[in-house]
Amino acid sequence: MVAPAVITPDAVYEILGSVMDPEVPVISVVELGIVRQVTVDGARVAITITPTYSGCPAMREMERDMAAALGAHGITDVAFATVYAPAWTTDWMGPDAREKLRKFGIAPPSPAERDGLITLTRARAAVPCPYCGAKDTQLKSEFGSTACKAIHVCNSCQQPFDEFKPL
Amino acid sequence: MTRPSVAGNRTSGAANPLVDYLLRIADDRLVLGHRLSEWCGHGPILEEDIALSNMALDLIGAASALLALAGTVEEKGRDADALAFFRDETAYRNALLVEQPNGDFAVTIVRQFLFDAYSVLQLDALSRCGHADLAAIAAKSLKEDKYHLRHSSDWMLKLGDGTPESHERTQRALDTLWRYTDELFVKDAVDDATAALGVSIDLDAIRAQWHQLVADVVGRATLTLPTSTVRAAGGRVGRHTEHLGHMLAEMQIVARSHPGATW
Repeated sequence: MVAPAVITPDAVYEILGSVMDPEVPVISVVELGIVRQVTVDGARVAITITPTYSGCPAMREMERDMAAALGAHGITDVAFATVYAPAWTTDWMGPDAREKLRKFGIAPPSPAERDGLITLTRARAAVPCPYCGAKDTQLKSEFGSTACKAIHVCNSCQQPFDEFKPL
Repeated sequence: MTRPSVAGNRTSGAANPLVDYLLRIADDRLVLGHRLSEWCGHGPILEEDIALSNMALDLIGAASALLALAGTVEEKGRDADALAFFRDETAYRNALLVEQPNGDFAVTIVRQFLFDAYSVLQLDALSRCGHADLAAIAAKSLKEDKYHLRHSSDWMLKLGDGTPESHERTQRALDTLWRYTDELFVKDAVDDATAALGVSIDLDAIRAQWHQLVADVVGRATLTLPTSTVRAAGGRVGRHTEHLGHMLAEMQIVARSHPGATW
């Protein structure tokens, strides 16, 4: 495709909004909150991203997917930079993204911890089951199929489910 | 990461104290992360296999960011891969605790708990240090390590206050690994030199907080805090136990056999 006459940050954001998280293919990299800044200088686009988890293996894949999506729109001069501050938090996910997660079968993240440095036991309400809505669920493990998920089981519908864990 | 550079001395320490300081923080996480990755496919239960692998990923991710920063500060063209795969054992700056073999599950959990308690306190302090890039990585990593600490302390309680067999094994692991904990809090010339650059944390305060936290969990786990004063140290200046070389040989063999390879 021919490059648009004038590339704007908004146009870039719109294209990035079509790039899905490869592990959670219902929310985009923009909704995930990893795109921190987009600047445009003529035909040159600079994108600043921040990692979800330090070792998330999907980060590089998402970078490639973003470059490919922009390339399909004729935007080929793209540079990525990584920043660590402010640290990524699930609190950046909006209500729409949370609802998409729930419909996909992943319990959306509750608000990130604001309590003290050392929290050996977590006192928080049970995570509602994304399938049947029951609040009678139990945490099986705070580590799940990807770095960003925890494993729960619903005592009502007996369904194991993932939670996008608050960070 | 870009094409790995093999430039730079493979064995000598860094001349810049800040590089040494960053390598100590990075190497703790790289070595412990690699040790945890050795459990992948061997965990006692599926959930634990997944948990240990997830923690390995977090630690190696943090190490990668810290090594990249060390390479930038060093200005010798070494990136994170070059520092991870082309430094020999004597150039590694991790504490002896994290290189100890996995042993049984109790050893892995005790090692993890002793480190996590230190790591959370250390990263919290570093997140307020005078080096912006280091503070940013520390603040990010802290959020992940709080999950690790909750996990390992939970297992301390389950194992210590579990069956007679799990209790005995966990106590034995604690008694064996205790000698390596003192090294985490010892200040030396590198700490003094970086303090002059505005990068320092109060290791004495962290030691006191760590001791209180560890004593609390150990007590609740019905375990006994070791009283032995036997201490082992040397990792921070590249004098390691016999275990690190074997671990690095396995970790580095592919990169060294095919320098510059990409996949």
